[in-house]
Amino acid sequence: MPTVNLDRGVVESLLGKKLGEEELRDRISYLGTDLDDVTKEEIIVEVFPNRPDMLSEHGFARALSSFIGGKTGLRRYDVNDSDYRVFVDDSVKEVRPFTVCAVVKGLSLNDSSIKEIIQLQEKLHLSFGRNRRKVAIGIYPLHMIRFPVRYTAMKPEEIRFIPLDAGREMSGGEILKNHPTGKEYSHLLGNFREYPVFIDSNREFLSMPPIINSEKTGRVDNSTREVFVECSGTDINALKKALSILVSVLADMGGEIYRVRVEYGKAYKGMVVESPEMNPGEMRLDIGYASKILGVTLDQKKVGALLERMGYGVKSSSDKTLDVLIPSYRADILHQADLVEDVAIAYGYENFKEEEIEISTTASLPEEYRFSEKVAEIMTGLGFQELNTSNLINGGAQSVKMGIKKINAVRLLNSINTDYDTLRQWMLPSIMEVLSRNTTAQYPQMLFEIGRVFTSEKASKGETGVREEEKLSAVVCSSNSDYTSVRRVADYIGSLLGADFEVRAASHPSFIEGRMAKIYLNKREVGFMGEIHPAVLEGFKLEMPTAALEINLAKLHEILCG
Amino acid sequence: MKNNKERKNPDPDILELLESLHPLERRVLPALKELGERASVKELADKAGMLDVEVMRAIQWLSNKGLVKIKEDVKEYASLGDNGVSYRERGLPEYRFLDALGGQEEDSSRIAKKLGLTPEEFNVSIGLLKRKGLIDIRKDDKKLLVKKLKQAGERKEEEFLRKDFPVLTSTLTGEEEQVLQSLKRRKGMVRVVMERVYYAVLTPLGRRVAESPFNGQIMDNLTPHTLKVGAWKGKKFRKYDVVSRVPPIYGGRRHFVNEVIRYVKQIWLELGFEEMTGRHVQTSFWTFDALFTPQDHPSREMQDTFFVEEPSRGRLPDEALVKRVKETHERGGITKSMGWNYKWSPEMAVKNVLRTHTTVLSARTLASLDAEKDLPGKFFSIGRVYRNETMDFSHLFEFNQVEGIVVSDKANFRNLLFYLRQFFTKMGYDKVRIRPAYFPYTEPSVEVDVYDRKHGKWLELAGAGIFRPEVTAPLLGRETPVLAWGMGLARIIMLYYGFDDVRELYRNELSKLRNSRVWLQCLQ
Repeated sequence: MPTVNLDRGVVESLLGKKLGEEELRDRISYLGTDLDDVTKEEIIVEVFPNRPDMLSEHGFARALSSFIGGKTGLRRYDVNDSDYRVFVDDSVKEVRPFTVCAVVKGLSLNDSSIKEIIQLQEKLHLSFGRNRRKVAIGIYPLHMIRFPVRYTAMKPEEIRFIPLDAGREMSGGEILKNHPTGKEYSHLLGNFREYPVFIDSNREFLSMPPIINSEKTGRVDNSTREVFVECSGTDINALKKALSILVSVLADMGGEIYRVRVEYGKAYKGMVVESPEMNPGEMRLDIGYASKILGVTLDQKKVGALLERMGYGVKSSSDKTLDVLIPSYRADILHQADLVEDVAIAYGYENFKEEEIEISTTASLPEEYRFSEKVAEIMTGLGFQELNTSNLINGGAQSVKMGIKKINAVRLLNSINTDYDTLRQWMLPSIMEVLSRNTTAQYPQMLFEIGRVFTSEKASKGETGVREEEKLSAVVCSSNSDYTSVRRVADYIGSLLGADFEVRAASHPSFIEGRMAKIYLNKREVGFMGEIHPAVLEGFKLEMPTAALEINLAKLHEILCG
Repeated sequence: MKNNKERKNPDPDILELLESLHPLERRVLPALKELGERASVKELADKAGMLDVEVMRAIQWLSNKGLVKIKEDVKEYASLGDNGVSYRERGLPEYRFLDALGGQEEDSSRIAKKLGLTPEEFNVSIGLLKRKGLIDIRKDDKKLLVKKLKQAGERKEEEFLRKDFPVLTSTLTGEEEQVLQSLKRRKGMVRVVMERVYYAVLTPLGRRVAESPFNGQIMDNLTPHTLKVGAWKGKKFRKYDVVSRVPPIYGGRRHFVNEVIRYVKQIWLELGFEEMTGRHVQTSFWTFDALFTPQDHPSREMQDTFFVEEPSRGRLPDEALVKRVKETHERGGITKSMGWNYKWSPEMAVKNVLRTHTTVLSARTLASLDAEKDLPGKFFSIGRVYRNETMDFSHLFEFNQVEGIVVSDKANFRNLLFYLRQFFTKMGYDKVRIRPAYFPYTEPSVEVDVYDRKHGKWLELAGAGIFRPEVTAPLLGRETPVLAWGMGLARIIMLYYGFDDVRELYRNELSKLRNSRVWLQCLQ
């Protein structure tokens, strides 16, 4: 969730109503943003990803003002006609296929409003724009640009302009390689043969989206009165929303919006987009549905008033429904369920009283769980202490210590730490780690854990190709522990579960040769036990003999109860 | 017997003490008296023919009874390290080096080679001799040339090494003490070990007890033999010091986190919920797509979710379900939703991931229900979930999550509050409030706070909401309200045990596991 630091003075001046400190905190929380802090100068909030329209002072104040009853209902944004045109060349279709644009005039910017615009642009890039991949926004002083503007793709070496903050001319390739912003976002263009650019009718480069503007035509400052705004990216609907969010803020700052006609090439079947789209969307809300979901009786008038508190417009259609006008900057209204949530927020989450519901159902636990619990009961009865270790392990280090080769281990593709890059295949190594970290605790140490182990199945059996099973592992670590110490435990478990275990001598690199056995039930291998090899103990820095057993509870359960 | 009767009976309070003496105490007491009422543990052990530890235990008990006072004396001994032993024979390397020099400037490395000095010994020697002004050094090309300036005077260090070790440091002269300090700084030369010596000093009361005759009629341990032959009859038993501390005992027990998990399961059972279980490795289809999380959502990126390297791909469920999910993502499907308005890719959906939430189990449960026959239903789960995070005091990469759903055509937003408060009341938090929140798969979404009366503050403990129609319709076949919540347990457990680092939960520190309080509401 993006955190934004909003200028408290600006927000308060836009509310149209004075709130006390406590009330301000309270109302912000109940409007649906996570309040981090209110300081003298700032309001610091985490804006939920469904409300990118609240990422700026003006957007935030617009929502809050309406919520506290300052200025409610739909705000209309008029778009003036104009001759501005942008041509979209077919060449961008493979790289960055869409753009929508707008012109805003009559602005009087200052440091504070420029800061707000830049923060909004950055936060939109980050969350809503998926770090510029889906949406990137460019803003330019209008007077530097000769229309019509072309959005086209060119070979990197043909692109040459002075990027912002570079101080010298660079080619498209150089920008990706040497400019700080270029380096940061080079993955978005690096794989393409041609990079997208905006150029005006004087063949002046405006920018290379989604990377950087030209120093000459793309720097906005206090003296800028008129701006050209473009959004480019991969999802035209998201672009329209981002443009609307930005333009509505510019309009709230006092700007007048002008239409730009974006004409696409043949590959787009000659599509034409008149942008920005500032007209409200429309959705029908079923009043009965809202009442039923929320568990409160609401009539059309009440619902209408609540929606206006959330910045919507309403038109009554029938008694049972309401036609809701959705502001163009709202990007999150997909279904009437979304309107119902806003009705609930306006109603006040704090005003919902709990209501008991009579639903008769039968409680139950899975059979496998009961089985594991019984085994745990047996183990604690024997004096074993239960552990709780993680399923993710350092696969490499662990197999070295245990003296084994990893076979069919389930490794992770992208773990940020090698300490947890593999799903464990057996339980014992994790328990050995615990012994290793507790050499100062009182001995004897009798430990057990019931947990899940994972094996990759070659033949891609099952849904994921990973076999998951519950296993029990236990160790007896004391000055006189030996094979007998765990053999007795296995025998006891077998006798309490009515499992007639068969024990056969076996060998395993983690155990002392001649002191290790496998456990069978109905001719199927269900476990093993033995004395841990001193070389393994040494690897774990243990100076105490240790005997261990491991039993596959999933198999045991299947054979006994399946 | 006769003999005993003739002795003078001691005072009742002395008798009381006599009867409580352990056999070890009875042996130490006369020995101490004979040694002049003050003796070290070692002296007592020699005198009484006991082990040091037995004497130690006995004087501890005697001290508890006020019969002796224990005094402590710290002694410091110096002894030789490995290098010290070897230099004691051969002399210190710096002096050997100095002795090997003639009056001329010479190649230092050649001399070192001749003497067989290790590089470390060589470096130390050069450094020491230079500092003492005994040699001059000059760099020439790659060679280091040295020249002897004068002979060494007294070789105090070598003298020191020839002492009779171990040496009690309190017997050293001031000059020797300085030599010791300088040798201590050098590797493996000398070791200084502290030794504590304990003395027992008889108190006046102890003297009276020691002077009183021991009564042979006192029995020590009750043994099977004693019982068999009835030897206990007519005799008194030695009185124990029932107040003194005894060694701890540890039973077999569950891990405290699992105790809490069992308690939580019990609560949901009491409320009529059925447990859901399932795989930890899931396809992205169930983890994300079935929960209407768009395929370009940040949570599906590498930095948040663990992806499986091999097998990297799983299988999609039956075609009809996949088609419903796909259509819902693209255009809203059978719901009136607008959908995400993009092209849904099965390639993204088959990727295997470690489940990031147990909500994946709720999705699977919904898909398994027959909307006409199986409703209403209440389900819960508790299990491990995984996040690709760097572990620190407030983050784990693997932790337990509690999950619940109520599936009913009658269910509403206010019922959600009812279940949340029922649960948290049983967990010890009876005040619950909700605030707006956002999750991709619920609408409305709520953040759940509970009031911690002990600390007087609200705790953010759960996320909840009503599943979006875009989640329920493809899975159940029709839009049905499904109340849903998910929460961690870490905060609650940490508060109960007073941890301020979440890693404590899975550190498996035995002393903590063995000694932690049981999980019981009334102990909170």
